Amino acid sequence: MTVMPRRPESAASRSKGSLHVPAVTLAHGGGGSAMRDLIDDVFVSAFDNPVLAALEDQARLPLAELASLGDKLAFTTDSYVIDPLVFPGGDIGKLAVCGTVNDLAVGGAVPLYLTCSAIIEEGLDVDLLRAIAKSMASAAAGAGVAIVTGDTKVVHRGACDKLFINTAGVGVIRKGLDLGADRCRPGDAILVNGLLGDHGAAILNARGDMALTAGIESDCAALHGLIAELLKAAPSTRFIRDATRGGLATVLNEAAKASSTGIRIIEDAIPMREEVKAFCEILGLDPLYLANEGKIVCVVPQDEKDAAAGAMRGHPLGKMTAIIGEVTGEWPGRVVMNTVLGGSRIVDMLVGDQLPRIC
Amino acid sequence: MKYVDEFRNPERAKALLREIETLAARIHQCRRRPIALMEVCGGHTHTIFKFGIEAMLPESVELVHGPGCPVCVLPMGRVDDCIALAESPGVIFTTFGDAVRVPGSKKSLLGAKAGGADVRMVYSPLDALKIARANPGKEVIFFGLGFETTMPSTALTVLQAEREGIRNFSLFCNHITIIPTIKAILDSPELELDGFLGPGHVSMVIGMGPYQFIAKHYRRPLVIAGFEPLDILQSVWMLLKQIAEGRCEIENQYSRVVPPNANSAALAAISQVFELREFFEWRGLGSIDRSGVRLREAYADYDAERKFSVPALRIADPKSCQCGEVLKGVIKPWQCKVFGSACTPETPLGALMVSSEGACAAYHRFGGLGRKSHKANAA
Repeated sequence: MTVMPRRPESAASRSKGSLHVPAVTLAHGGGGSAMRDLIDDVFVSAFDNPVLAALEDQARLPLAELASLGDKLAFTTDSYVIDPLVFPGGDIGKLAVCGTVNDLAVGGAVPLYLTCSAIIEEGLDVDLLRAIAKSMASAAAGAGVAIVTGDTKVVHRGACDKLFINTAGVGVIRKGLDLGADRCRPGDAILVNGLLGDHGAAILNARGDMALTAGIESDCAALHGLIAELLKAAPSTRFIRDATRGGLATVLNEAAKASSTGIRIIEDAIPMREEVKAFCEILGLDPLYLANEGKIVCVVPQDEKDAAAGAMRGHPLGKMTAIIGEVTGEWPGRVVMNTVLGGSRIVDMLVGDQLPRIC
Repeated sequence: MKYVDEFRNPERAKALLREIETLAARIHQCRRRPIALMEVCGGHTHTIFKFGIEAMLPESVELVHGPGCPVCVLPMGRVDDCIALAESPGVIFTTFGDAVRVPGSKKSLLGAKAGGADVRMVYSPLDALKIARANPGKEVIFFGLGFETTMPSTALTVLQAEREGIRNFSLFCNHITIIPTIKAILDSPELELDGFLGPGHVSMVIGMGPYQFIAKHYRRPLVIAGFEPLDILQSVWMLLKQIAEGRCEIENQYSRVVPPNANSAALAAISQVFELREFFEWRGLGSIDRSGVRLREAYADYDAERKFSVPALRIADPKSCQCGEVLKGVIKPWQCKVFGSACTPETPLGALMVSSEGACAAYHRFGGLGRKSHKANAA
């Protein structure tokens, strides 16, 4: 749902600036009319809402409407620095909206408002920037959130890589809902809402180093709708986290450590595309650590796991939902996987990035 | 995944494990200590940990994780040389990914990159040559690393550079050769090995011939093994069968990839470009005669060691570090004095803690579940 505060009409009637150059220059960061043209033409026109159009230094949000939705404000921020800016299945704009919406939604919040702060390297193609802003607008409309305030900076060539976007977001958590990694208990079931590793593999592939044509697309999507269905069907859900950077393995390790429980997963039960598995085999990567942008890991009590799985499978973003393991009393703080071969091994946190193996 | 899943079939694994248990029990009747088998290759170590194979084997069979991770056996002094090269003005230093975190005496290549050096990860030496073509004003150095598996591609890249007349490309050569190293391990007085899982991809280049001395002179069996879990289990079974029957032979489990004879085209490229060094320093194992190669005089223009000045200092391994004893199978990783305390994947002292193929990092990361001796570590 969207709560859209009303603002005076006067600001919206101000004549809008427009941009007639092919590339962003340092002049567009100078605070003068060139900057206003950039903001008006690219961002304000794409995001198109009265709170933003007022162009005050802050968005003004009515408290009464927020309070009607719950008793806790959820507030989050994330920066997006992805290379390449456009990739199969999405772009940095869609990612910046979905990522922050998901960070709110996994806490059980109804996402409402986002900010958008863009750091632009001089020389960036204006049409590309327009396309990215439109993509943000369409992702925001799809997620039912409004981008209500923002900022742009233009930096010298080399001071950033083409375009960095930061989005902050606020949402409201309804009374009585309390999700947390520390709430996992032995016997709880662990679910994921579909195929893992697509985003990480798509991005590595899009960089083109390997000249593989795997046809893998990013799974980038806003998951608040799916999460709402899950929470309806399984009201005692303990914990939800989006499996972004660090992948499934990292989320499970955080849950195991926070709750001092063990986690056992079944390799065979983890949904994954054959292409993603093959891609990782070639590069010597472990798909359990690949980033996702449209996947959540949920921990629910044993007696609600079937209801949870059923509700998630009924949602378009959860058709491939699978129960991949359970919380145990063994090995507190550790994640253990039963391998396809019938052995078991520890799935640890990574120290840094995964590095391709030599041979 | 076709042609991969077949080699990960749990039913076949169970059947092989039953056979392995029967054989191991038979052998173990007439001896006290466990049957110690060394997998020479880091790729095997990786598979063993990734699939939890070690804990599936009977307790009387012990796997010793050998020196076949080229990143792990690189001495600190050579890493320092890499960093000196990478930090030289006008240089683009190209390397395989898993070498960037190996600690030198002061920092790693990742540290040098953070300090401003242009360090780039590549998947093949040909990618480095591409970078040289695209950056004629820069000197592009490729960090050549690995056994006979990666040697042919480096050799062919040098030949390609020569053909194209590319002058701004050079090689920092750290290629090593497997046979003298196996021999050094066999000559070690502490040796308690009963057989070897032979390196699959190295053998694809050198064939089966060079291993014969292991069976003839040292009376140890060797089975050239593939890299999928069933390959490993079948190779263990083949070794146990030889031991039970009192045979010492060189056998080939990986015949779908490794032919009995050497790959003559690959060997020709290697010997055209490289010659043996008198000795080469290995981390943990010390200096081993004729175990490394360098570029021949005819390719001196492509030799980064001759083109640039490198410090070439010998840095002793940290005293507390017992990588050498782990590499030789004298102790298990978790028996090392600094395992998990002073030496962790976050702050590795020894290189075995750095690469995912290093035995210590593998133990730390994947743990050893289900075996008595590992439980202290996993807990």
